[in-house]
Amino acid sequence: MNALIVTAVLGVMMMFSSIVLKRNSAIRMLAIVGLLFTFIANVLDSSGVHFFSINIKGMMHFDQFAYFFISISIFCTFIFFLLSAKEMERIGVNYSEYFALIFFILCGIILVASFTSLLILFLGIEIISIPLYILTGSDKKNLKSNEASLKYFLLGAFSTGIMLMGIALFYGSTGSFSVENSVVIAATTSPMLLIGILLLLFSMSFKVSAAPFHFWAPDVYDGAPTVFTSFMATIVKAAAFIAFIRLFSLAFTPLQDRWQLIVAVIIALTLFVGNITAVFQQSVKRMLAYSSIAQSGFMLMALLAFNTFSVEGILLYIVAYSISTMGIFSVLVKMKDSSLEEFNGFAKHQPVLAVALTVFLLSLAGIPLTAGFLSKFYMLKAVMHSGNFLWLIIFAVLMAAVSVYYYFRIIQVMFFKESDSNTIIVSTSFKWLLSALAIIIIVLGVYPQLLLQFLV
Amino acid sequence: MIALLLVLLPLITGVATFFLRKENAAKKLALLSSLATMVISILGLTLFNKTELLQFSADWLPGLGTKFDIRLDGMGQLLCLLTAISFPLIFISTWQRTYKNAHNFFALMLLAQAGLMGVFLAMDALVFYFFWELALIPVYFLCSMWGGEKRIAATFKFFIYTFAGSVLMLVALIYLQTQTVDHSFSINSFYQLEIKNDIQNWLFVLMFIAFAIKMPLFPFHTWQPDLYEQSPTSTTMVLSGIMVKMGLFGVIRWLLPTLPSASFAYGETTVAVLAVIGMLYASLLAMRQNDMKRLIAYSSIAHIGLMVIAIFAETQLAMQGVMIQLFSHGINIIGLWIIVEWIERKYGTTKFSELGGLAQKAPVMSILFVVIALANISLPLTNGFVGEFLMFSGIFTSKIFTYQIVITAAAGVCIILSAVYMLRMVQKIIYGNTSAITANATDIGFNEKFALSIIALLILAVGLFPQPILDLTQTTATQILNEANILHLLKK
Repeated sequence: MNALIVTAVLGVMMMFSSIVLKRNSAIRMLAIVGLLFTFIANVLDSSGVHFFSINIKGMMHFDQFAYFFISISIFCTFIFFLLSAKEMERIGVNYSEYFALIFFILCGIILVASFTSLLILFLGIEIISIPLYILTGSDKKNLKSNEASLKYFLLGAFSTGIMLMGIALFYGSTGSFSVENSVVIAATTSPMLLIGILLLLFSMSFKVSAAPFHFWAPDVYDGAPTVFTSFMATIVKAAAFIAFIRLFSLAFTPLQDRWQLIVAVIIALTLFVGNITAVFQQSVKRMLAYSSIAQSGFMLMALLAFNTFSVEGILLYIVAYSISTMGIFSVLVKMKDSSLEEFNGFAKHQPVLAVALTVFLLSLAGIPLTAGFLSKFYMLKAVMHSGNFLWLIIFAVLMAAVSVYYYFRIIQVMFFKESDSNTIIVSTSFKWLLSALAIIIIVLGVYPQLLLQFLV
Repeated sequence: MIALLLVLLPLITGVATFFLRKENAAKKLALLSSLATMVISILGLTLFNKTELLQFSADWLPGLGTKFDIRLDGMGQLLCLLTAISFPLIFISTWQRTYKNAHNFFALMLLAQAGLMGVFLAMDALVFYFFWELALIPVYFLCSMWGGEKRIAATFKFFIYTFAGSVLMLVALIYLQTQTVDHSFSINSFYQLEIKNDIQNWLFVLMFIAFAIKMPLFPFHTWQPDLYEQSPTSTTMVLSGIMVKMGLFGVIRWLLPTLPSASFAYGETTVAVLAVIGMLYASLLAMRQNDMKRLIAYSSIAHIGLMVIAIFAETQLAMQGVMIQLFSHGINIIGLWIIVEWIERKYGTTKFSELGGLAQKAPVMSILFVVIALANISLPLTNGFVGEFLMFSGIFTSKIFTYQIVITAAAGVCIILSAVYMLRMVQKIIYGNTSAITANATDIGFNEKFALSIIALLILAVGLFPQPILDLTQTTATQILNEANILHLLKK
C-alpha cells in the first residue's frame, strides 16, 4: 500500500515540478530520489511498517510475492532511469511529464501485482495503458511515432473491451468480482464462465503480446521513441505477465484442464512467430521487438505450470530479461539509427560496452553462466515437473536454438566486422553502470539464490 | 582439491589474462598456467591419488536438486591428463605465431581449458551441462576472431549445430531428473533410474543427437571439415584433440549407463550403421583431399566412428580400448596439427600439390611426422595399435551385436584405407622433389622439435607399455558396463 500511494503522489508532484524546477538535471534528480524513496517505502511495507491504513475491502492483497515483484519493478525502473533518463531530453520539451507518466505506470503496476478483484485488475491495466499510449506518441513530429500511438490506442482499447466483456461474463456467472478459487468452483459448469475465462485469456495475451495477438507489438515497439520502447518491452510487459499469472493462478486453477491446452498452443505460436520473424529483421530495434515476443513465449510457461519452480523462475526471468533488454536498448538509444550496420566494429571502439552487450545477448539467448539460462531452465523444469506438454518443451528449446541465430548476429558484427567510425560517445559512468549490470547477470546466473532468497 | 584446482586454475588465470595488455606476458602466463595444470593433473595421478583429494562437492542451487559435484575417476583422470598435456604442447608449438589482441586469445584458450576440464570432472548432470556449454563459448570466439577467411560462417554453423544438440540434451536431462527418486541431478541417482523402454528410446534420441553432433558422427559431421580448415590451428588442436572427445565421453558416462535398454536397442541398428557409413564415407573422402587440414579432419571422423561402435559393443575390452584411444587419438591428432601449423606458417599453404621433398630439407620433422602418421594408422608399437586392437577384439566378441563380423570387417577396411590416405599424405609432402615453395626449406625449430618429441615419446610409451592406462581405466569401464548391462537388467 505504501508504494501505491507514494507513486501516485510522486506522479502528481513530477507533473508540476517543472513549474518550480527549471533545470532538467534537477527534475531527473527528483525522479531518481523519489523512486528510491518508493523502493524504501515498499521494503518497509513488506516488513510490516505501513504508512497508511486504508480499508481496501479485500479488493487487494499484498503477499510476499507481490511485494517482491513490486520491488523488482521499482528497482528495474531505477536502473532504467540511470541508464536512459538523460536520453528522454531529446524526445520533447515536456521532460517532467515523462517522469510523471512513468510514475503513474508504476502505480498501475502495483495495482495489477496485488489485485484480488477484477475491478482492480481492470483499473491497473488501464492506468498502465493510457500513459503508455501517450509515451508512444511523445515524439510528436515523428509520423511513425504517431502511427504507433494510434495503432496501440485502437488495438489496446479493443482488447480492453474484450477484457471488460470477460469480466462481465465472469460476474454474470459467479455473482462476484472476487478472484478466488471458491467462487469459480461454485460455477464450474457454467458455459458463460468458460467464455469469460477465454475472453480474459485473449485480452491478457494481447497485453503480453503473445501470438496470435502480437501484431501491435513490432509496430509499436518500433515506432515509439527507443527510450520508451525499452521501458515498455521490459517492466510494463513483466507487470502484464504478473497480472496474467496472478489472475489465472488465483482464480482459474479449478478449470485448468479447460484452458491449459489453449495456453500451450499460444506459447508454441508465440515462440514460433517471435523467433522466426526475428531472424529476418535488419533493424536491431525491430529484432528486439520480435525477440521480446519470443521471450514472452518462455515466460508464459509459468502460466502453464504453477509450482515453486515457476514462481521462482518467472521472477528470475523478469529480472534477467529486463536488465538485458534495457542494457541493449540503452546503447541503441545512443545510435543514429538502429540498423545492424551501426554495430560494425563496435568491439574495437567501445570494448567495454561490447563485452557488456555480449553478456546481455548471451543471457537472452540462454547460454549457461548467465541469468537468462537459469531462468529458461526454471521454466522448462516447471513445465516438465507438471508432467504434460513434453512436445512443447522440445519445441521451445529448438526455438531457443533459433534465437541464437539472431542474437549472435549482433555479436558477430560487433566483434568480427570492421568499421572506421566510432558511432557513439558515452560517459565513463555509463560504462561502469553497464558493466555492473553485466556482472549482475552473471552473478545471478551462477547464484540465483541471491535474488530468490527474498521470496521466502 | 585436485579436481577443483584443475578447473579453477585455468579459469582464474584465464580471466586474469584478459587484463594483460602485453602479448608476451599473456603468452607466458598462459604457458605457466597450463604447465601448472599439467603438474597438478600428474600429481593427481601419482602422489595425491587419494579419493578425498580427487573430489570436491559444494552446495549449489539446492532448490533445483543440483550440487557442484566434481570427481576424478579413471576415465576422468585420463581425459584430464590429455587436456592438461595438450595445452602446454599447443602453446609451445605455436609460440612463434603472433595474434592480434593476443591477451584475449590466450585468455579464451585458458577458459576453454577450464570448460573442458569441467566436462570431464562433472558428476552432476547440470554441472556437466554448464561446462559443456562453457567450453563452447570460448571456442566460438577463438574461431571467429582469429580464423581464416570464411571463419564466421563456419563457426556459426558449428555453434548453432552444437547448441541445438545440447538444448535437446538439456530436455532429456531435466526429464531424467524429474524421474529420479531424490529429484537430483547427481550421477548416482541417474544410474539408479529404471525407465520404461519406450521412454528410454526417445530420451536416447534427444541425448544422442547432442553427442553425435559433437563427435561428429555421420550425418551430423558437416560442420567439421570447414571449421577445422578455418580455425586458427591452435584452436583446431583443442577442437579435434579434446573437444570432440566430449561427445564420446558423454556417451560413455551419461548415456550408456542411464539408458541401457535404449542403448541396446539403437546401438547396433542405428548407431553402428551410421558409424560404419560415416567411416567408409570419411575414409573415401580423405583419399581424395588435396589439403592436409581437410584430410586430417576426415580421418578424424573415420577414427571417431570406430570408437562409437566400440562403445556400443559393451564389452570390457572395447570399452577400455575406447578410453585408451580417446587419449591416443587426442595426442596423435595434435601432433599432426603441429606439423600442419608449422608447414602453413612456413610456406603459407597446406596443399599437397604445392609441397613436396621436405624429407631432404627437414629430416627431423619428417621422422617425427612419419611416427605420428604411423600411429594414426595404428601400426603395432604405437599407441593407436593398442586402442584399435582392443576395440576390434571387443567388437568382434560383443555379445549384444548380431552382425559383429560385418561391422568388424567394414571397420577393418577403414583401417586399410587410413593407411592409404595417411601414407599418400606423407609421400606427397615429404618425399619426391622439392617444389618451388619448399626449395629453400629449413628444419623445424626447437619448440616444434620439443613438442613433437614429447608426442612421439607418448606414442611409443603407450604403444609399448599400455598397462598403466589399462589399470587406470579398468574400474570405470567395469562400473559403466555393469550399469549398462542389459542382461543383468533382464534377469531382475
